[in-house]
Amino acid sequence: MTRKQRRLTLIGCALVVLAIAAGLVLNALRDSIVFFSTPSMVAEKHLGPGKRFRLGGLVQPGSLQRGDNLAVNFTVADGSATLPVAYKGILPDLFREGQGVVAEGALDASGVFRADTVLAKHDETYMPKDVADA
Amino acid sequence: MIAESGHYALVLALGLALIQSIVPIIGARWRDAALMNVARSTALAQLLFVAASFAALVTLHVTSDFSVANVYENSHSLKPLLYKITGVWGNHEGSMLLWVSILALFGGLVAAFGNNLPLSLRAHVLAVQAWVASAFYLFILITSNPFLRIANPPIEGRDLNPVLQDIGLAVHPPMLYLGYVGFSISFSFAVAALLEGRIDAAWARWVRPWTLMAWIFLTLGIAMGSYWAYYELGWGGWWFWDPVENASLMPWLAGTALLHSALVMEKRNALKVWTVLLSILTFSLSLLGTFLVRSGVLTSVHAFATDPTRGVFILLILFVFIGGSLSLYAWRAPALKQGGLFAPISREGALVLNNLLLTTACATVFIGTLYPLALEVLTGEKISVGAPFFNFTFAPLFVPLLLAVPFGPLLAWKRGDLLGAAQRLMVAGIAALVAMALVLAWTYGGATLAPLAIGLAAFVIVGALCDLAERIALFRIPLSLSLRRARGLPRATWGTAFAHAGLGIALIGIVCETTWNSEYIGSMKPDDVARVAGYELRLDGLNPRQGPNFREMIAQFTVTRDGEKVSVMTPSKRNFTTRGASTTEAALLTRGASQLYISLGDVSADGAIAVRIYHKPLVLMIWWGPVLMAFGGLLSLSDRRLRVGAPKPAKAAARALQAAE
Repeated sequence: MTRKQRRLTLIGCALVVLAIAAGLVLNALRDSIVFFSTPSMVAEKHLGPGKRFRLGGLVQPGSLQRGDNLAVNFTVADGSATLPVAYKGILPDLFREGQGVVAEGALDASGVFRADTVLAKHDETYMPKDVADA
Repeated sequence: MIAESGHYALVLALGLALIQSIVPIIGARWRDAALMNVARSTALAQLLFVAASFAALVTLHVTSDFSVANVYENSHSLKPLLYKITGVWGNHEGSMLLWVSILALFGGLVAAFGNNLPLSLRAHVLAVQAWVASAFYLFILITSNPFLRIANPPIEGRDLNPVLQDIGLAVHPPMLYLGYVGFSISFSFAVAALLEGRIDAAWARWVRPWTLMAWIFLTLGIAMGSYWAYYELGWGGWWFWDPVENASLMPWLAGTALLHSALVMEKRNALKVWTVLLSILTFSLSLLGTFLVRSGVLTSVHAFATDPTRGVFILLILFVFIGGSLSLYAWRAPALKQGGLFAPISREGALVLNNLLLTTACATVFIGTLYPLALEVLTGEKISVGAPFFNFTFAPLFVPLLLAVPFGPLLAWKRGDLLGAAQRLMVAGIAALVAMALVLAWTYGGATLAPLAIGLAAFVIVGALCDLAERIALFRIPLSLSLRRARGLPRATWGTAFAHAGLGIALIGIVCETTWNSEYIGSMKPDDVARVAGYELRLDGLNPRQGPNFREMIAQFTVTRDGEKVSVMTPSKRNFTTRGASTTEAALLTRGASQLYISLGDVSADGAIAVRIYHKPLVLMIWWGPVLMAFGGLLSLSDRRLRVGAPKPAKAAARALQAAE
């Protein structure tokens, strides 16, 4: 092989790998990114049930209810709108009423946000950007 | 007084760095040895002054001098001594001071041990090192001075973020910074080479040990951080694809690529221009990581600093250094002489493939980390890119890489024999198939990808052993001869085998933990029993305890298996009085490489406590892998062929080379 052919082989391989990677990235960007919404954005956008998103806002004081077997219900508010959230599991250490929270999940048919993860505001000097903006 | 001295020492270090930035370069232009030698003394003096400054901050923290804002905000007089010390870098200002201290340390090391470097190369390297240092000294002095006083000193401090009051903080950030900042050396060498317009195999021989050293620390730092997150955050997760984690993973991927391309350059004098680019990129990613973590620009559990002025300053540093070095590269790289030829199927070819896959994988992490940020800046739309993105992009790129890993060391330089290598890897292939079949039979009807991944891991591990067996001609010559050969193998060869096997070990841990992890979540009252993976865990009771700066509730569990008592586990929930924050201290029970993991939630009104129990099969292998990789790196580093300045007896070197081929 001449120097030129070798260089072409190399460039060819690189292009193939890059093309595969680009395909994977584009595919993943379409399917596996999660949008962030506040309760008022949810109302505005008419998000349908089943569509996953991240919900951010403040836990409305007095809304936290603990049910059987670690079921938790609370309401997330952002000043203009509220959204009921249902979660099952252990809440993070820093979860408190009146504090910022980010939950990931989807709306169910009755308009309740079923969360499978709940993240809380980290501490008084750090706030997740989503929460700070919300 | 101490605070002022520390501040003053830092200003002096800046002054020295400025001199070191300019004088040696002029010296190199004028070919004046005396001017070039200034770099050496200033680098050492700089180290001295930064060390004094750092020591001053440590002293302030240890003596709980709350008249200093940094101490007041992050310490408490009742905090245990260890955390008073580690608290120094558990905050923004202190951690930046640690950053520059390590930068100065590396500069000092080059100055002290770089005696055999060509004088002008050393002058250039230290000057570039000083440019970076000056920028960061300015950053600290202008935006993040840890020595600021408070006008009316309070009596008590506000305590350190409880999550950080852990032994992990003592080890993780310094390790990570030694890795991050260590790459500044390869960056300085690359920029120096561009400035000089000259680069050769000797250059690669000087760069490789420094890169390797940084890589070892970064590997351990990442592994340590992952284990820390695993036991401290109480979620039982060990990698979250959090932007801050990605920020450390990107330089690691690029640095790993750099290690391998520097090898090609050293041995075959090829891939020069690419190696220089990788050196620049690796440190640029380290700077980017520093920016992401320190500016608080990303949503992340790790980012505990939020102040836009700092972010803008670091962004400026980022632009100047990355933009500057890349422009210099574009301008000067064409002048560097091209290196040797090689066939696509050869050791060089395999290493190019390694580089290609590693840098592409790094690019996907880069996109996944920065895309949300770019989108928010451009459109205001907020998205989060989580684990699924990386599983779909990063993982498929790593599979071919892992498949190729065992082939690399078995291919000859210049022109390799793929079929021959495949034949020699027959044992590894068989081992992989056997592993796959065994796992499939064991977990019949379960996950389908997992057995394949285990097979791949077996291939990588046995493949690494095959390479060793091949070199010592195991079973082909008498065993005693093989053993003698094994002793004669260069340490770098052993290092390669260990590092590659470590990859396989980590993969087994990752696959087992994610696939066969079992968990129990529920609320328990005393005498309740939870059953997880064949273990029975009885909650004996809850006991309150008073710690030095916290109160805690300890739950005691008796663990039995088949009616026999195994151990007692005591997870707890701590409440830190000063900050009113609580942390979960998970309890871990190690059985072989597997672990039982208990973390606690809240106590409800009826006295039941929320409990999360995991059984994580072979989870420890996730961290044994990187430790093995780092050990392999250490072996390589101790190889006399790599040791800069070590006298090389010609005969021994020739023998070692022979054995290596």
